[in-house]
Amino acid sequence: MPDTILVVVEQREGKLNRVSWETITAGQAIAAATGWTLEAAVVGASASSIAGEVAGKKVAKVYAVESPKLEPYTPDSFAAGLKQFLASKQPKLVLMPHTYQVRDFVPKLATAMGRTCISDCIGFKNEGGKLLFTRQMFQGKLAADVSFTGDGPWFATFQNGAFRGDKAEAGASAAPVETVNVDIADSVVRNKPQEVFKEAKQAVDLTQAEIIVAVGRGIKEQKNIEIAKQLADALGGDLAASRPICDSGWLPMDRQIGSSGQTVAPKLYLALGISGAIQHIVGMKGSRAIIAVNKDSEAPIFEIADYAIVGNLFDIVPPLVEEVKKAKAGS
Amino acid sequence: MKILVCMKQVPQKDAPLKLNDAGTWIREDVSYEVNEPDAYALEEALRQREKHKGEVVVITSGPARAQQVLREALAKGADRAIHLEDDKFVGLDAFNTAKAFAAAIKDEQFDLIFTGLQSDDYGYAQTGVILAELLGWPHATIIMQIEKNDSGIRVKRELEAGYFQYVDMPTPAVLTIQSGINKLRYATLIGIKQAKNKPLRKVPLAEVQSAIGENLQKIEKLYVPQKTKKTEHIDGSPAEIAKKLVDKLRNELSVL
Repeated sequence: MPDTILVVVEQREGKLNRVSWETITAGQAIAAATGWTLEAAVVGASASSIAGEVAGKKVAKVYAVESPKLEPYTPDSFAAGLKQFLASKQPKLVLMPHTYQVRDFVPKLATAMGRTCISDCIGFKNEGGKLLFTRQMFQGKLAADVSFTGDGPWFATFQNGAFRGDKAEAGASAAPVETVNVDIADSVVRNKPQEVFKEAKQAVDLTQAEIIVAVGRGIKEQKNIEIAKQLADALGGDLAASRPICDSGWLPMDRQIGSSGQTVAPKLYLALGISGAIQHIVGMKGSRAIIAVNKDSEAPIFEIADYAIVGNLFDIVPPLVEEVKKAKAGS
Repeated sequence: MKILVCMKQVPQKDAPLKLNDAGTWIREDVSYEVNEPDAYALEEALRQREKHKGEVVVITSGPARAQQVLREALAKGADRAIHLEDDKFVGLDAFNTAKAFAAAIKDEQFDLIFTGLQSDDYGYAQTGVILAELLGWPHATIIMQIEKNDSGIRVKRELEAGYFQYVDMPTPAVLTIQSGINKLRYATLIGIKQAKNKPLRKVPLAEVQSAIGENLQKIEKLYVPQKTKKTEHIDGSPAEIAKKLVDKLRNELSVL
């Protein structure tokens, strides 16, 4: 019997997290490369309501792993429920999207099973029958091919955007759905989560912006933000920032781009003094054009930039503001 | 409250990295600094101690150079430090690192253990959660706020896309701390002086060896990532660059 790949999709309150399709695509690609069987699982109190949606894709089977204890999400209940399920199924490889929720419970689950998780992968390779998972290291400056050395189940999570969700193949016919009830004892769940909420309404919606001028650590001091603002104003764009700038309180949190902030896709993204940590890049890599200014020629932001300017932003930006103003005045 | 803060020394943010001969790790001769998320974890521990009294202990693993991270933490106000000192600790996976930490603190009784939410070198975001499971403690990740209450603690978790959630949980517990939860303090001159006399326990590899096993994952190859995008470099004086860029903005990107 061939080995099995199991994709655990993510749902919240009965709605599938779209990033799950990317993981299905990844699972289909690994299945094609290895000849292993691909199955999927939905976990939750009412998982079966979503299982049908997943069964439309090219997978051999979909499991709805259910227990009333799985709602609301807690790391204790998810780890306990999935451990029980995986122990009975023994898949070789378990794939999940690298979401905040998965980050919260997968290391616990893998540890509870005496296994390991290669987290935040961006791809895979099948080298002579050996499966390698590619992940970024040192904030994206380097990449590593990582292998599992022990027995399955192997756990791997994929970074948002690593695979195309719209490339997930549909199946010829709907895959069978099996509901699996897991038994989670009362004493297992120690955390008591409250309702999920959104902090005071976001004042700034950058998702609709056509031009964004974003600043990072390279701006050095709060007063220097003005330089970037002048450029944003001259271009008729919005000002945004990477996380450290908002952490320092130099710009409000609602101007933050990245995994913990907004995800944007403007016509032009101008990154000033942003090194390009993964957490920032996931929030802006969909931009149609990226111009990056950074004094470090090895900054990862240049990997995804269309136009690269290696230099000091304090030298580069002021003449650029003047030139943009001139161009606008002349047009 | 007795709090342990797990800290890591990582290469400096803009330090140029060179691969070792085997192409499996970087060469040691770079400048190092404290993993930034861990600095926020330490700061939060110091603030909790200021509110509730108690003790802040910092722990790290790595070669002699890693002691610098502990010295800085002691200078900022941590009470004592534990250093799992050996070159071999650098190559441990998160599972083994957590096992080594658990072994080194087995005689301690902490109420809380903090880690930064992830490291700037590996970026696995796992060690804290694994440690919680090894200790049999509850955990919560990406924490933005911690309040003590009668039954334990109430923490504020950051979720994706601007969402948050409060979670009540018992202690002892492990929390991974989000950057920006607080404002970092600087070490004072007095603090730096006092740090020299604070206890620092060195734990040799032999003391925790029996707790750790083979790594369950292996870096086969470390390399400079291949570029997938065509990048055009724009060179010249600042004035020339400005002119060239405006030309691009107008004629290629049509945003002017």
